[in-house]
Amino acid sequence: MHSAIEGIGLAPYLSIGAILLVLGVFGIFVNRKNVIIILMSIELILLSANINFVAFSAATGDLSGQVMTLFVLTIAAAESAIGLAIVTVYFRNRGSIEVDDITMMKG
Amino acid sequence: MMTQIVFYVFAAVLVLSATMVVCARNPVHSVLFLILAFFNAAGLFLIAGAEFLAMTLVIVYVGAVAVLFLFVVMMLDVNFAQMREGVQRYAPIGGVVGGVLLVELIMAFTHWRVASNIGQIRHLVPSSPERTNTAALGDVLYTHYIFLFQSCALVLLVAMIGAIVLTLRDRPTGRRQDIDRQHDRTPADSLEMLQVPLGAGVAAQGGFLRPHTSYDVASVPGSYGTEAWREQGEEEETQTALVIIPPAAGTKGQDDA
Repeated sequence: MHSAIEGIGLAPYLSIGAILLVLGVFGIFVNRKNVIIILMSIELILLSANINFVAFSAATGDLSGQVMTLFVLTIAAAESAIGLAIVTVYFRNRGSIEVDDITMMKG
Repeated sequence: MMTQIVFYVFAAVLVLSATMVVCARNPVHSVLFLILAFFNAAGLFLIAGAEFLAMTLVIVYVGAVAVLFLFVVMMLDVNFAQMREGVQRYAPIGGVVGGVLLVELIMAFTHWRVASNIGQIRHLVPSSPERTNTAALGDVLYTHYIFLFQSCALVLLVAMIGAIVLTLRDRPTGRRQDIDRQHDRTPADSLEMLQVPLGAGVAAQGGFLRPHTSYDVASVPGSYGTEAWREQGEEEETQTALVIIPPAAGTKGQDDA
């Protein structure tokens, strides 16, 4: 342990990450009508993963965790761009962004 | 002590704003709370000593992703009132799943320990007062993780192309450049020399008429302002682009001239 995380410890960071993960999963289940909020929930879940990575990186003094966080950030940005593009196209075609309506690919 | 207070303030605001992201009635408020959540997460990163990542989080998320969300939320003309209809129906399921997940995570947290040989596993240098976090991260990123770094660039490229391809569309009203038509065009198609009498103007020649189809088909030589053209285009008279100057009584069209 080398940084200011010494005074706080690993457990609070991991707890914050766990709470964010649970909130993201809860958001996915609750907002069945709005794909945009589901995408935001996915962002929250990825943020919780980032917080865990950074916490472990600081606690063990190993920079690999921060590199992984950088990659997770990249993937999250790409994912939200593609997701929002799909939402835009879907809304243009169907006039709605409800998850329950997206059954066109059912055979 | 001060660090702990700051940490818990950041953590509390982070959890509250994440809750509001999920529960807000208006998606615009959700996006704004998401921005607040990312700011507070950046604060937590700063406390953990990851300065570069904190700044990256603010720039990438608040500067790009959240603004993208805001654009889409405001662009889509969705009835946000009826969006909240299913919440009461799905809240119990979501609560159960979230609760189970939380209990599992708590159980996992209470039964883990750091391996005793963590000192030997570690092979990368952390940041120190002599070497900033950004410099250390750059060293690691460009040596041990260079292929991962480049594949990230590839992922971003694919995402960019994918987003453009998905949202690009051909509007029927759009005016596209048609290279073949431009090259096929000759002066004879578009230019016609008229002998205009002095002081009479083109009105004496039957008026000047711009072919209303000039954007769609190559115009026919000799068709400017002639009777033949006018008869042919009569049913689409309303589409004529320019004002038709009617010929004076008794004068003939230019094809007799």
